[in-house]
Amino acid sequence: MSQTPTELKYASSHEWARLEEDGTVTIGITDHAQEALGDVVFVELPGVGDTLAAGDDAGVVESVKAASDIYAPVGGEVIATNEQLEDEPETVNSDPYNDGWFFRLKPTDTGELDKLMDADAYTAQCADE
Amino acid sequence: MDLLTTPLHALHTELGAKMVPFAGYDMPVQYPAGIIKEHLHTREAAGLFDVSHMGQVVIEGPDTVAMLETLVPVDLDGLPVNGQTYALFTNEAGGVQDDLIITRWGEQRFFLVVNAACKAADIAYLQAHVNGQQLMVLEDRALLALQGPEAREVMQNLSPEAAALTFMQGCEATIAGVSVYITCSGYTGEDGFELSIPADQADAIARLLLEQPAVEAIGLGARDSLRLEAGLCLYGHELSETIDPVQAGLLWSISKARRADGVRPGGFPGAEVIFDRMENKPALRRVGLAVEGKRPVRDGQVVLDADGNRVGEICSACYGASVGGPIAMAYVSRALGEPGTPLQVDVRGKMIPVTVTRMPFSPQRYFRG
Repeated sequence: MSQTPTELKYASSHEWARLEEDGTVTIGITDHAQEALGDVVFVELPGVGDTLAAGDDAGVVESVKAASDIYAPVGGEVIATNEQLEDEPETVNSDPYNDGWFFRLKPTDTGELDKLMDADAYTAQCADE
Repeated sequence: MDLLTTPLHALHTELGAKMVPFAGYDMPVQYPAGIIKEHLHTREAAGLFDVSHMGQVVIEGPDTVAMLETLVPVDLDGLPVNGQTYALFTNEAGGVQDDLIITRWGEQRFFLVVNAACKAADIAYLQAHVNGQQLMVLEDRALLALQGPEAREVMQNLSPEAAALTFMQGCEATIAGVSVYITCSGYTGEDGFELSIPADQADAIARLLLEQPAVEAIGLGARDSLRLEAGLCLYGHELSETIDPVQAGLLWSISKARRADGVRPGGFPGAEVIFDRMENKPALRRVGLAVEGKRPVRDGQVVLDADGNRVGEICSACYGASVGGPIAMAYVSRALGEPGTPLQVDVRGKMIPVTVTRMPFSPQRYFRG
């Protein structure tokens, strides 16, 4: 069974968002998403300093089977990306919610987080797929 | 449409396979280990593949050799009993209807294994060409492939006779009291075996093989990346009705006896076209591409020369787990097919540098005795 931590928020396009103590938002893809993708072999991330609106293209994750776009679940300025994924993209499979994070935003409006799903709603969406 | 299942369907489900539709069958694309680990396991130990979706056909009767030789450019007359050959069903335009493996079971008795996706068409095609021979479709047989450097040692414990086979040879054998036909063949580039088994015994034989410490179940995902690394063609990708064997780099599959200067020249569909291509090289050729960086390329993406002119298209691509990076096969202009030629691939607008490279990507390790 896929893990869906309750402290995170979820987008219908299978990204998770975590509001950090310093007010930034960390973003990655869900356990359900990595499982559906299969072995991840390449991740393209946004550039540090890029400004994204909620729903903007924020990169691509490529598995042995397919390429899948990543969207920004909330808007903001990209302040960090996970460089480890360049050499070890498989981290997305092994640890999607921690070491497998994609990028970090300084959010324009933390209120956008409230528009995302909670774990229960996301689990229900996955069950319907 | 309801998907067909193989005799190992329950076992796949029990092993936690991810099942996908493939050529009308519900097939395991991967098990919980995942495609990369399954691929590496096959190269390092031994993998068990369910290929029961492929068609198994027996043709026998007077003049079977002559009848089959009208369909494939192969010297079947010279094939020894229990010998095996790769073959192409060519078409009148010099293209390919399917590729298959033919094993001689007797003087006028042959066993054919054809691709799942082409099975119905192949059987109809054969049926239309028999003239006094009997054609039997072995619906009640499963087909398993055991592949990898430890496959032979595993086989040694189950059937010493089969373990003595060399590449492209077959024999009848008994495993755990079950009568099976085993060939030393496969489509991964590794040493290994293929076992044709009565359907009702396939589950038991598969479980027996999986009990061997070296053996893991491997899905179709890794089967594809293994065959691509081995530089082998897959029908629908490298082969089609409009690609001739010369272009595909399969000249070796046209027996000397059946060539223009052979003892039984031509007499198969498209012979004149194919002989012409052998003389006057086709415009395109199949090449391997090593991809720079980690970003994968995909089937159907356009290949360009260094100046950005379109020169070809990718026919198969994968993450080459043993190579450690993305690889591909493509058809490109003949002049650009030399190993070392720098090209690029258009990946959704991004130009990715690639280099024409010799195949196989990963060395073939067939056991030739």
